[in-house]
Amino acid sequence: MADTKHNGTAAYDLASNGKVDGDGTGQNGYKVIGTRPVRPDGVDKVTGRAVYAADVQMTGLLHGKILRSPHAHAHIRSIDTSKAEALPGVRAVVTAADLPVAEDKIEDLGEGAINLKYLSDNILAHEKALYHGHAVAAVAAISPHIAEEAVSLIDVDYDLLPAVMTVDDALADDAPILLDTLRTDAMGEIGAQPTNLASFFRHQRGDLDAAFADAHLVVERAFRTETVHQGYIEPQAATALYSADGQITIWTSTQGSFAVRGQVAEILKIPVSRLKVIPTEIGGGFGGKINVYVEPVAVLLSQKAGYEPVKIVMNRADVLAATGPTSGSNIRVKIAVDVNGKITAGLAELYYEAGAYPGSPVGAAANVSLAPYAIDNLQVDGYDIVVNRPRSAAYRAPGGTNAAFAVESVVDELAEKLGMDAADFRILNGAKEKDRRPDGVQYARIGQIETVQAIKNSRHYQTSLEGKYRGRGIASGYWNNWGGQSSATAALNPDGTVNLNEASTDIGGTRASISMQLAEALEIGYEQVKTRVVDTDTVAYNDVTGGSRTTFATGWAAYDLGQKLKQEMKRRLADVWDVSPQDVSYEDGIFYAGDESLPFVEAANVVQREEPLMASSTVHPQDFGPGFSTQCVDVEIDPETGKITILRYTIAQDVGKAIHPSYVEGQMQGGVAQGIGWAINEEYIYDDEGHLLNASLLDYRMPTALDLPMIDTILVEVPSPGHPYGVRGVGEVNIVPPAGAIANAVYDATGVRMDKLPISPANLLEAMWAKEAEAAGKPVPGDD
Amino acid sequence: MANKTAVETTLNGEETTFLCEPRQTLLEALRDELGLIGSKEGCGNGNCGACNVLLDGVLVNSCLVLAPEIEGRSVVTIEGIAEDGELHPLQQKFLEHASLQCGICTPGFIVSSKALLDENPNPTEHDVRLWLAGNLCRCTGYDKIVRAVLDVAQNNA
Ligand code: FES
Ligand code: FES
Repeated sequence: MADTKHNGTAAYDLASNGKVDGDGTGQNGYKVIGTRPVRPDGVDKVTGRAVYAADVQMTGLLHGKILRSPHAHAHIRSIDTSKAEALPGVRAVVTAADLPVAEDKIEDLGEGAINLKYLSDNILAHEKALYHGHAVAAVAAISPHIAEEAVSLIDVDYDLLPAVMTVDDALADDAPILLDTLRTDAMGEIGAQPTNLASFFRHQRGDLDAAFADAHLVVERAFRTETVHQGYIEPQAATALYSADGQITIWTSTQGSFAVRGQVAEILKIPVSRLKVIPTEIGGGFGGKINVYVEPVAVLLSQKAGYEPVKIVMNRADVLAATGPTSGSNIRVKIAVDVNGKITAGLAELYYEAGAYPGSPVGAAANVSLAPYAIDNLQVDGYDIVVNRPRSAAYRAPGGTNAAFAVESVVDELAEKLGMDAADFRILNGAKEKDRRPDGVQYARIGQIETVQAIKNSRHYQTSLEGKYRGRGIASGYWNNWGGQSSATAALNPDGTVNLNEASTDIGGTRASISMQLAEALEIGYEQVKTRVVDTDTVAYNDVTGGSRTTFATGWAAYDLGQKLKQEMKRRLADVWDVSPQDVSYEDGIFYAGDESLPFVEAANVVQREEPLMASSTVHPQDFGPGFSTQCVDVEIDPETGKITILRYTIAQDVGKAIHPSYVEGQMQGGVAQGIGWAINEEYIYDDEGHLLNASLLDYRMPTALDLPMIDTILVEVPSPGHPYGVRGVGEVNIVPPAGAIANAVYDATGVRMDKLPISPANLLEAMWAKEAEAAGKPVPGDD
Repeated sequence: MANKTAVETTLNGEETTFLCEPRQTLLEALRDELGLIGSKEGCGNGNCGACNVLLDGVLVNSCLVLAPEIEGRSVVTIEGIAEDGELHPLQQKFLEHASLQCGICTPGFIVSSKALLDENPNPTEHDVRLWLAGNLCRCTGYDKIVRAVLDVAQNNA
């Protein structure tokens, strides 16, 4: 039975909810799991003492700045750096010519496979600039201001090429080709001609044509979504320091210190053993801080500047122009139902813009698309397409929001045409254990239907919404989650505390959720565990904080450490007490054997009189459970301006077991806030030549506190069978439904079905006018 | 290289003199000349609030103030919010409500919230949202931040 916890605004009692002991005490027999303690790194973060990447200081530090292409697509004829080099205070200037020659081979260095040539080319452009903002050269100087001046003195001679900005541009017959060597990979078959279509794949089952032919009702729609950015508040920053023995230390803001080590090693041809990456505190990532941008450049500048340390801090315009946004897309969806409202066939065609190099998240998107539904006859096609935009990077449930927006819009239209309640339609068609996601993988125990049920039963859904230009919509979403590899060590202190060293960047409270799992395993207090995030020299390889895996997999390592420490303590106590280890038991924090007993704190001292005690753990859990979320939103439209106000929002999410419910709620609320921004405002705006026009936080408009209401959360706890505490990844699936839910609410409010994102005031007004004109039988304004 | 000017100011309650280039912003001076790294740069042009400080008690984006402008004036940064080793109630409530995820926006939010409560000790939810609209947070969706501020205000009442 799913265990459902509400945290609705109405029920939220300020006076009681601030308590650190929270509401989960003792639930399911847990003592620590389910409580809400203060995070270990909290005090440093509220007092300004926490050290983020831009805060790293050292003597003799040089400051790096990067020159970026003002053109979207251009040959680089020559680069003249002489004036920059002559500027007093400048210590080094580098271009792609300073990079080692990259191999034309594909490798997975952290998240997703990439051709090493492309990886290197994105760091500093070799022959061509492939997007507005593409790095072309870099300078190190004694102050950031001098470095900036020097950058403006570099002369680059460009030969302009036509910009290829969209799916349609890129696939046109006479399209200019971005990458000369690129050939289409169509499920292993390699094309003969140069192309902008990097790859094509198809998932297929059943008899699609027959199912569509026999259908009671078919809805087919085409959609367009724009490029959006992760929008982390901390720009990328890194510092590189050479030691006299040739060892290189890099401080950086990253989701994966080992991913940085791997990429820098490949790009600069330096053995990983010479690189130590220290992950600083990180000011947000959301998938955007896995690829490297500044780290290899800082090392390269340092080499050229006589091995002085170099720090590079990006500015906001560079972050937006040159770090990975996520793909814009063209999507076509067609779904058929029988007379009872059962889905009989589903088709999704996904065309994703990868940016300048192959690697859009279209593969993940394909699995998200129709995942919430049990469908026998299905086809999902994916196209990965290069365009003159920044290389796309992961963004929270990569690719999922685009696909779910399209599918959930069509699902809503089907339910409406059938005269069915939108929640009932989703329950009738909901995927469950043993059903298959689009690529054929069979689900274990999942909670999709439970999330719809939770929304259906929510106070929000049960309360009717009154008023003109107001509407309500719901949508569901899926995310696969991930297990990945983690490593950690735990040293027992003689005072009964434990030092836990792990290498998963803490972006949202994972030191707490990992500490809690070790504390639970050892049956000791949360405050007895001290968790630190350490560098790449201190523990073994550890995957990125991404894929909603950290509390799951690194938490699993913490659980494992607890078991190992307990085991060894029992063994040593058995020696002390002269009994066999099987006779030593441990309960409620006390070791027992016959008449002997010893509390953990004292045992920690006793067992270490002869020999210190520490444990290490490496894990690679495979049975991570996927996450589902269903969400309900009420909107109000201003018919004069087209502006959408979010009146009320409720999220139900299958979270497995919530270790620290506050941070689980926080993930849900944060993901939805990002999804709302994506749905109603955020987009990259380019002119015809491919110049990015809105590279500032004023013009790239992310939601503020005033744009959002309280966001209510319903934690549907369907424990994952693949984790000792039932943990399921919670970070990503929440961003999948918002655009679809909002589009459906907009329809409910206005009668307009939006076929594009964002549903910005301008786009919505245009669609509302078009609908009015159509109703009045007049030509559509602006359409000639 | 640009000449440096001496600036005399009261910084977190203490008389302070420092050297800076005339073109340096207050944010740069705080971070690079005075070692106060708690004020963060999210945008450098007044759009995110991560650099917010109090200048003579008034909330400003320190990235939009030139360092020499603070001559003779008083500046309070995130480092000056806790007093006598005791966390300010806002800091305490941000921790209890889990109002921070990555934490990069947190110093700015705490400084801004303090400015709000100094001016209006009993704000409504709307007052809080309006006042904090100059601070961007990408992680939390603001829910737990707004609750923390309201919680402090409730205890003021
Ligand atoms: S850094 Fe000053 S407002 Fe963003
Ligand atoms: S907590 Fe990350 S930006 Fe606010």
